[in-house]
Amino acid sequence: MTEIDVNLIAEGIKNAIDKISCEVEPSCAAALCAARDAEKNPTTRFALDVMCKNVEYACEQHLPVCQDTGMVVVFLKIGQDVKLTGDFLDDAVNGAVREAFAPLRKSVLDPVSRVNTKDNTPAVIHTSIVKGDAVQAEIMLKGFGSENMSQLYMLNPAQGLETAKELIVQTVASAASNPCPPVIIGVGLGGTFEKCAEMSKHALFRRIGSANPDPVLDALEKELLGKINALGIGAQGFGGATTALGVFIESYPTHISSLPVAVNVLCHCSRAAKFTISEGGVSYE
Amino acid sequence: MSEIRLNMPFDKEELRRLRAGDNVLLSGEMFVFRDAGHKRLFASIEAGKPDIDYVGETVYFMGPCPAQKGQIMGSCGPTTSCRMDKYTPFMFDHGLAAQIGKGKRSPECVEAFKRNGGVYFAAIGGAGALYSKCVTAVKEICYPDLGTEAIRKITVKDFPVVVAIDSCGGSVYEE
Repeated sequence: MTEIDVNLIAEGIKNAIDKISCEVEPSCAAALCAARDAEKNPTTRFALDVMCKNVEYACEQHLPVCQDTGMVVVFLKIGQDVKLTGDFLDDAVNGAVREAFAPLRKSVLDPVSRVNTKDNTPAVIHTSIVKGDAVQAEIMLKGFGSENMSQLYMLNPAQGLETAKELIVQTVASAASNPCPPVIIGVGLGGTFEKCAEMSKHALFRRIGSANPDPVLDALEKELLGKINALGIGAQGFGGATTALGVFIESYPTHISSLPVAVNVLCHCSRAAKFTISEGGVSYE
Repeated sequence: MSEIRLNMPFDKEELRRLRAGDNVLLSGEMFVFRDAGHKRLFASIEAGKPDIDYVGETVYFMGPCPAQKGQIMGSCGPTTSCRMDKYTPFMFDHGLAAQIGKGKRSPECVEAFKRNGGVYFAAIGGAGALYSKCVTAVKEICYPDLGTEAIRKITVKDFPVVVAIDSCGGSVYEE
C-alpha cells in the first residue's frame, strides 16, 4: 500500500492549469504550423498564421492562449494499491481549480438559474480504479465553442459502421466554422450512452500523429481524417486543405441491439496534460 | 494580399466597398458583448428603455479573460456568432453598422446585412492572446454582474479581421 496525499494531486492539477491555459499541447502546436506551411488558400493561410503566432505569443508571454479557458475535465486513474490521504479528493481537485482560475475566465454556471459559480468550479472529474500503486492524472481545459458542436448517436446494428462513419464526417461538416477548425475529433464507439460519450472525450488526450494500438481502429482513424479533410472547410471555415488535425477513436463492447457513436469536437488549441504521482513523487509526461 | 485599414465608427460607404475575403485592420471604438449581454439588452428594448444606443456602432462577440499583469484587457478572441443570430436582424434594422465574431450566420442575418449595408467580420477564433495586444482602452458600460459577459466598449488599434459576409451577401464561407 502506497500512501499518496491528495494535496499532491491538487498541486499537480493547479500547476497543469497554469501551464496549459497558456501553452498549447506541443504535438498540436506543431501540427498547426505544418497546416499553415501546407495551406494554399491565401485567406486561410493568413488565419493559420495568426493562429500559430498566437500560440507562440501566448506561450512566450504566459498569457491564456484563448479567452475561453474552458471547463476543467480531469481523468484520475487510481491504483488499487494506493491509499489516498488528506482532504476529500473531489474537494482538493476543485480547490486547485478555484486557485488556478483566479487569473482566468470564469465560464461555469448553474444550468437552470444561469448564475455563475464565480470560480470555474466544479470540474468534471472521472475517477477509475486501475492496477498498481500510482495515480495517473489527465487534465484538459475544454472550450465550449467546440463542445457545443459534439454529438451522440444511438445507431441500429443494421445501420452499422458505414452509417457511423457518415455521421462522424457529417458532424464535422455541420459544425463547419463554429468550433475553430482545424479541429481534433474524439470518437467513442460502443459501450452504453454515457460510456460512449466518455470515451470520445478521453480519446482527445492522444497526441497528434500517434497511432492507435488497434490496427483496425488505426485504419479507421486515417480513413475518417482523409474524409474530413476532403470536406474543404479549412481553418476558421475559410476553405482549405486542413479541416482536422487528428481523429482518435476509443471503443468498448456494446449491446447486440445498438451501435453507440459519440463525436467530441475539440478546437485547434488542445490544452491538455498528463502526470503520474507515485512514491517517487510527481512526473510529468 | 492587400490589407485595408478602417476606423470605427465606420463610414457606411467604406463598409459597402468591402468584399468577402478582404483582410482588414480595424481601429477605433466598438461594443463588446455576447449571449447574456444580448439577452438583457433585448429585455430593456422590449421594456421600451434600451440600455445602450448602438446606432452606427459595431458589436464584437467576445467575453474576455481577466487582464493579466501589465495588460489593458486579457485574452479576447471571438466567440461563436450563430448564438447571436436571433438578435441580429433587429439590430441591423435599427442602425447597427457591423458585427465581429466567428463562424457562419443564418440566412436571415445575411438578408439583414444586405438590407442595411451591414458587414460581418470574422476575427480569428482562438487567437485571444494576440488580440489582447490590439486593445488600447476599455470602458465598462453596463451589466457588471454578468462578469465576462458584461457590456463593454473597447478601443483597438490594427485589430486583424477578415470580411466574412459583405453588404451584398457575399460570403467567405461559400465555395
